[in-house]
Amino acid sequence: MTDTAYNFAYLDEETKRMIRRAILKGIAIPGYQVPFASREMPMPYGWGTGGVQVTAACLTPGDRLKVIDQGADDTTNAVSIRKFFERTAGVATTERTAEATVIQTRHRIPETPLTGDQILVYQVPIPEPLRFLEPRETETRKMHELEEYGLMHVKLYEDIARHGHISTAYAYPVRVEGRYVMDPSPIPKFDNPKLSGNPAIQLFGAGREQRIYALPPFTEAVSLDFEDHPFEASKPDHPCDLCGAEGSYLDEVITDDRGGRMFVCSDTDFCAERRAAGHAGRLAAPYEETAA
Amino acid sequence: MTMVHPIAPGTPPAVPGPLLSVDGIEKRYGARIGCTGVSFDLWPGEVMGIVGESGSGKSTLLNCLAGHLAPDAGRVLFDTRDGGMVDTVTMAEPARRRLSRTDWAFVHQNPRDGLRMGVSAGGNVGERLMAVGARNYGGIRAAALDWLDRVEIAADRVDDRPSAFSGGMQQRLQIARNLVTGPRLVFMDEPTGGLDVSVQARLLDLLRGLVREMGLSAIIVTHDLAVVRLLADRLMVMKSGRVVEAGLTDQVLDDPQHAYTQLLVSSVLQV
Repeated sequence: MTDTAYNFAYLDEETKRMIRRAILKGIAIPGYQVPFASREMPMPYGWGTGGVQVTAACLTPGDRLKVIDQGADDTTNAVSIRKFFERTAGVATTERTAEATVIQTRHRIPETPLTGDQILVYQVPIPEPLRFLEPRETETRKMHELEEYGLMHVKLYEDIARHGHISTAYAYPVRVEGRYVMDPSPIPKFDNPKLSGNPAIQLFGAGREQRIYALPPFTEAVSLDFEDHPFEASKPDHPCDLCGAEGSYLDEVITDDRGGRMFVCSDTDFCAERRAAGHAGRLAAPYEETAA
Repeated sequence: MTMVHPIAPGTPPAVPGPLLSVDGIEKRYGARIGCTGVSFDLWPGEVMGIVGESGSGKSTLLNCLAGHLAPDAGRVLFDTRDGGMVDTVTMAEPARRRLSRTDWAFVHQNPRDGLRMGVSAGGNVGERLMAVGARNYGGIRAAALDWLDRVEIAADRVDDRPSAFSGGMQQRLQIARNLVTGPRLVFMDEPTGGLDVSVQARLLDLLRGLVREMGLSAIIVTHDLAVVRLLADRLMVMKSGRVVEAGLTDQVLDDPQHAYTQLLVSSVLQV
């Protein structure tokens, strides 16, 4: 039930209007970080205050919301945000990617391909891809303005010089439509290819840093690399131990203190659906709900 | 006090016309004068020294020429590769920043200002290459190793950070980082400041070799007369923001005309 003390989706209409303007500007200039007047939200910074505000500005009463935290639907962050919108917006929620119209995510893109009817909202801790190389905000803005992105490759050079390969595994920088270099939020680089040419609208909200940026549908996002060290969307070289999927991103779970471990899909919805469809991995228990 | 000039003067320039033409540069800090009425031409392959005491405006002048400060009056014409003589004061900022990554180089007095201390030596040298579009790791690394060798830094230090280097090595690394894109004009602000004399001598020797080998033009700001004696073809003496004397280095140092230059030359300790 909607709590009558709150406006629909918590934020007041003026604030949502301001955020929608920032979103529209972000969509008009793919990859450009649009400043917006981020509000205090009833959760700590780092818990997705930016994503929540973008979601609040996008939600309509007919929407069905899914919230992902590191691929999972059942972790604290996901459960809290889902409950927050159930209470303040009264919208329907789901854990199934295919059924959702708005998906707020932290650190993953769902394995199930998205469609043109969906909006994917990312929670972004640090929107500036050049931040750790150039601490001055005035200078990074100038670098974006003048397309001076050589420094981004210095970071990749350092990776190769130190580790023999590009060791950046998450928040892997992409160049959007040959113009802005963008931080795709801390998604694993395995997910980077899904950024490009995606039919869904992808919105990025950074609450503490007060920035919104966006990838409109079917936007090209190229992962930066070197000619002789090309980009590689890496994942653990295993099938999922529960559902047997070969091509999904995996979490490593330590199961005992004698070196025992298992690899499971990080996308819990994807894994559950596969098990429901009868797929089984190395350590799969019989799937009770569908055993009959 | 006669010295053999290290670089043969009077070699005819390959291009007819100066590389850099400075016309009436003035920079004020409020009512105070930073530098005023400075005009000179710098020819390809020529090294110009600017000397003067602290506060005489030499660093202000250098920063105006290199585009770090916007002068209040005057023109700085640079002979660009594609557009001929262009005023760098009024040119668009992207073009000026491109110049400063390609045809220009700036060596800071303190290497910490000119290096990225958190990035390895190889990354520091490679940055300018990557900034102008190099995207081949092997090529960038080979260029970095080549340049480290040319500034006498051992190849096994290529992955060390500059913070692990001595002051002299940091300064040599800064020079390598600046020269890797083959600039035509180098600005140097006290390149030997803060180094002990034996390291200074080695650095000067290196600079002299590089300048001659690459046919660089350079503007060197210093208060060390020995540095200009060794490196510079011509000399400008500044006092209170104005040029008080200019001429061939040996001529100015051996036969100073202006009272301040006489004071400056006679103040050098003879060991």
